Amino acid sequence: MAKKLMKGSEAIGEAAVQAGCKLFYGYPITPQNEIPEYMSHRLPQIGGTFVQAESEVSASNMLYGAAGSGERVMTSSSSPGISLMTEAISYMAGSELPVVLVNIMRAGPGLGGILPSQADYFQATKGGGHGDYRLLVLAPWSVQEAADLVQDGFDLADHYRNPVMILGDGLIGQMMEPVEFHKDRKPIKELKEKIWAATGYDGTRPRAIINSLFLDPATLEKHNHKLQAKYAEMTRDEIRYETYGTDKDYDILIVAYGTVARVCSTAMEDLEADGIKAAMIRPISLFPFPYEAIRKAADKADAVLVVELSAGQMIEDVRLALEGNKPIHFHGRMGGMLASPEEVMEKVKEIKAGKSQEVSHV
Amino acid sequence: MSEAVFKNPGSLADVQTHYCPGCTHGVIHRMVAEIVDELGVKERTIGIAPVGCAVLAYNYFNLDFHEASHGRAPAVATGIKRARPDLMVFAYQGDGDLASIGAAEIVHCANRGEKVTVVFVNNAIYGMTGGQMAPTTLPGQIATTCPTGRDTDLAGFPIRIAEMLSTLRTPAFIARASVHKPIYAVHAKQMLREAFTYQKDDRCFSLVEILSTCPTNWGIPPAESTEWLEKNMIPYYPLGVFKRPDGEDRAPLPIRPARRPHHAE
Repeated sequence: MAKKLMKGSEAIGEAAVQAGCKLFYGYPITPQNEIPEYMSHRLPQIGGTFVQAESEVSASNMLYGAAGSGERVMTSSSSPGISLMTEAISYMAGSELPVVLVNIMRAGPGLGGILPSQADYFQATKGGGHGDYRLLVLAPWSVQEAADLVQDGFDLADHYRNPVMILGDGLIGQMMEPVEFHKDRKPIKELKEKIWAATGYDGTRPRAIINSLFLDPATLEKHNHKLQAKYAEMTRDEIRYETYGTDKDYDILIVAYGTVARVCSTAMEDLEADGIKAAMIRPISLFPFPYEAIRKAADKADAVLVVELSAGQMIEDVRLALEGNKPIHFHGRMGGMLASPEEVMEKVKEIKAGKSQEVSHV
Repeated sequence: MSEAVFKNPGSLADVQTHYCPGCTHGVIHRMVAEIVDELGVKERTIGIAPVGCAVLAYNYFNLDFHEASHGRAPAVATGIKRARPDLMVFAYQGDGDLASIGAAEIVHCANRGEKVTVVFVNNAIYGMTGGQMAPTTLPGQIATTCPTGRDTDLAGFPIRIAEMLSTLRTPAFIARASVHKPIYAVHAKQMLREAFTYQKDDRCFSLVEILSTCPTNWGIPPAESTEWLEKNMIPYYPLGVFKRPDGEDRAPLPIRPARRPHHAE
């Protein structure tokens, strides 16, 4: 298929369709309405179904039912909507259901605003809802990567029987870029038949019960151990990141994800012109987090700069990665304000000049 | 040649349930299982268990099942039915689950006309959590969170789900039945059969509200409970078919005065 100019939201929807997703249950919320709108006209073309639910609570529980039937299913929302979905997300993680969730993050807390943010990092990567569970979280920095990660996300969800979250921001959803969908794309995992799905009991297999309730504590602990083993397997096999300029010498290592990393890459070009040597590492999988890769990339640097559209959330994982061995600095914007390449350059120059205060180790 | 006239329904698991003595969940489970058998749809029927007394229903039916979060069974049913329209999908819910926390889900599931069946068991109280006030608790009825009886000035009047849902314009089958005496149970099974048949024929949303006893949390013995149900619940929750998909709607019934307060002894 030739490259096509698409809005991020539409590319996310089309990627799901290309991945064999025929079901979308959602609820309107800015700034991701283009995804359900796209699915509402696209899915009927392929014999699929779009349902506009009465709430995010309901949409996410519809996902639970559809995923429990063994079908590929997706929803998308934005921060306050994801908060409402966390009930069902916890149930889906507990019941081991494969779904793809898209969070086009907006600024919070509360109703917050409708402009881009990365303030849902904790919610996405540390669980979000109740209980010991993890989502596999993937953060794209371009429209093409968003499309690729959605398709990979379906394979990963099916393989691990776990919800996968695509964590983007308002910029990813709104910007237009060329996208290519590969016609002969093969699944990235060997996918097994979903014999666990509840499709009707005919006596040829054990009864399928989609469930997260285990009243016996020993059984529930065993179930939790099984989930934790799965998360450990993800941590071993699914870490994704990219490095920029780390083959050369550098003084400053920038850590950023999503669209913020693109701002930082522009800043790096300008810094190079000014004779300041900086490199960047961009986590793509936020859970599992590339701790080891960040530790290695920081070896050559004198200091590390974390840039986020939040008060500093991923920075806690960067601190875990560096274990206090390198000074860490932070630049963040909130409320829907964006970090500019100039701001990032300025911050790097301050660090170089010893004028930036490093993040304190509480 | 002999013919079996009574046997355990194949759709019911041969296990002991956790239900209290005098509770009618067991009777209702059996009737649902019998209908699934009778309609010949066992191999393509999916049940959804609620949060509440019937939370473990998935252990009692010999069917594939989903366990839903509190009140969300109609949303889960929607998800399954839209994904697999060839499956028969029923949600089994209590009054706290359906009429309180899941009020939005049931209204919109019915209003979209999802071709699923809801078995709604109304015993006018929260059973599993220990006898708290439900949206269906009668005026003056004592519960652990309204120890002096339901005060309609503070808690409003009990919600009549069957009547409320039957006001929706979308075609549906909505009925209310009771199983506290054999003759009522026969009637209830007819309602359930009609509800499941509408789904089998791909006609419409269907819901049967079934009045049930809760001797444990009402604080009265089983035999008195059936009497209490007949005297107090049926006048407020009249039985019958409220709506059929062909537009045959029941005329609204006159609202009766509030019942005399019930005092647990």
